[in-house]
Amino acid sequence: MSQPSVPSTLGLSRRNFMTGTVSAAAAPLLVSSAKAEAPAAAGAELREPVVTSMRINKQAYELSLDTRTSLLDALRDHVGLTGTKKGCDHGQCGACTVLVDGKRVLSCLSFAVMNAGKDVTTVEGLASSDGKLHPMQQAFIDHDAFQCGYCTPGQILSAIGCINEGHAKSEDDIRDYMSGNICRCAAYPNIVAAVLQARDQMKGA
Amino acid sequence: MRPFVYEQPTDISAAVAIASRFTTEDDQPTRANAQFIAGGTNLADYMKLGVAEPNRLVDLNRLKDPGLRQIRVTDEGIRFGALVRMGEAADHAELKRGYPVIADSLRLAASGQIRNMASLAGNVLQRTRCEYFRETSWHCNKRVPGSGCAAMEGFNRQHAVLGGSDACIATYHGDFAQALIALDAVVRAEGSRGARKIPLAKLHRQPRDTPEIETDLAADEIITAIEVPAVPWARRSLYLKIRDRESYAFALASAAVALDLDGDNVREARIALGGVATVPWRAKAAEEALQGKTLDEPSAGAAADAAFAGAEPRQHNAFKIELGKRTLVRALLETRDMKV
Repeated sequence: MSQPSVPSTLGLSRRNFMTGTVSAAAAPLLVSSAKAEAPAAAGAELREPVVTSMRINKQAYELSLDTRTSLLDALRDHVGLTGTKKGCDHGQCGACTVLVDGKRVLSCLSFAVMNAGKDVTTVEGLASSDGKLHPMQQAFIDHDAFQCGYCTPGQILSAIGCINEGHAKSEDDIRDYMSGNICRCAAYPNIVAAVLQARDQMKGA
Repeated sequence: MRPFVYEQPTDISAAVAIASRFTTEDDQPTRANAQFIAGGTNLADYMKLGVAEPNRLVDLNRLKDPGLRQIRVTDEGIRFGALVRMGEAADHAELKRGYPVIADSLRLAASGQIRNMASLAGNVLQRTRCEYFRETSWHCNKRVPGSGCAAMEGFNRQHAVLGGSDACIATYHGDFAQALIALDAVVRAEGSRGARKIPLAKLHRQPRDTPEIETDLAADEIITAIEVPAVPWARRSLYLKIRDRESYAFALASAAVALDLDGDNVREARIALGGVATVPWRAKAAEEALQGKTLDEPSAGAAADAAFAGAEPRQHNAFKIELGKRTLVRALLETRDMKV
């Protein structure tokens, strides 16, 4: 994927900006408190990074972000969790699907700052600490539910959300409620089989 | 994307005050410097594309009023809090039972992820998907007033055959609003000039010669709730959506239908059409054509003819007239045959 363009209005390069903010333990940058400004003169205010705290895969993070940063770019470029993929970046392909407070959402259409205080789960957060894969991850392997694998993290997170919502009762149900995840390799039959297997295992868990 | 200041007020009056301070009375909500955001699925997309360019976003998700997140179904009708997400409403048991046309319209819209994100009020206000509107290198009267319309002589297969003008034929692609307009829904809004109720039928504006004016809302007005008066016979209702693929696609044609029947005789019909018009489209002529008639294929066909009597096709979208009629006929007959 191409690198996201450097925000031209920031006075520092994106790389430097990232280096300063990539650590979970980074000290919070102080954001100046709201000040009286004329509605027309918001220039300086527009260039203030916003400090956003959220839990990602059960770990607390404090990120200093350009408000325009999507949750997807925050995860990939600021936290270094590149498992979540950027496909279309416009909410059409589902590759960027993550769970926020347990619900599947599109991280490309969510500004990171809007997720302050939320619990985010990405594909990196699914396996147990002993390395045992989540039943959905194992099911994708068991059923060969991918070819190139690019859509797979989004498919897996979406499938977990789909089951938790109670919308995986039948194969037709799964096809309909998983339609927001496009697989260009067309591994759909195997994806449906994987979701069915994991559904039954997740019930037993 | 244009840089923006992010605000997160916790009560409605504070949200209105911020918007009021950074907008003027003449600002259109979609063109104002300060804009509200809830789910963000529509606005974030259009900001990335450079179609929407607010420099201040007022996030409504921190508003504390619990009514904003509740669905209440009572003898008086339904009250949807504006921040209820589409997915929650689509799965709501009482809605599915009492108002299937509403639950269907939400279930058949968007994808699972988007339904979890998008708010009901935001869904009603979603902007067109016209390809020439979305891509900033094309001429578009809605995006840049007076610049012309590339869709007129362009590839206009997706475009509207009802409610268009010489300036704009962009389709209103939502589904939920079709169910709402059929059932006489009203939205409640709060702004710096106070609170008011707007019939859904008056919320969206047909393009005429000002397609940049999309709704009746002021730039500092927030929809707080959507109300649907009780329709006991709406158990006999459905939303039929026809599209290029079975799931996760916008409608080529759709029909929201609710019927009050005495045997096969129509006491009252409510009909709205989607995918074919520039705004949520109530088909009153079709409703009147059916009133007091026996509902069968000929009478449904006559109603469909009435619904599309004023249709104006362009080069690639003429098929929508026939498709729209057949969609309505099928929706009417399937609604008649529902076991309620």
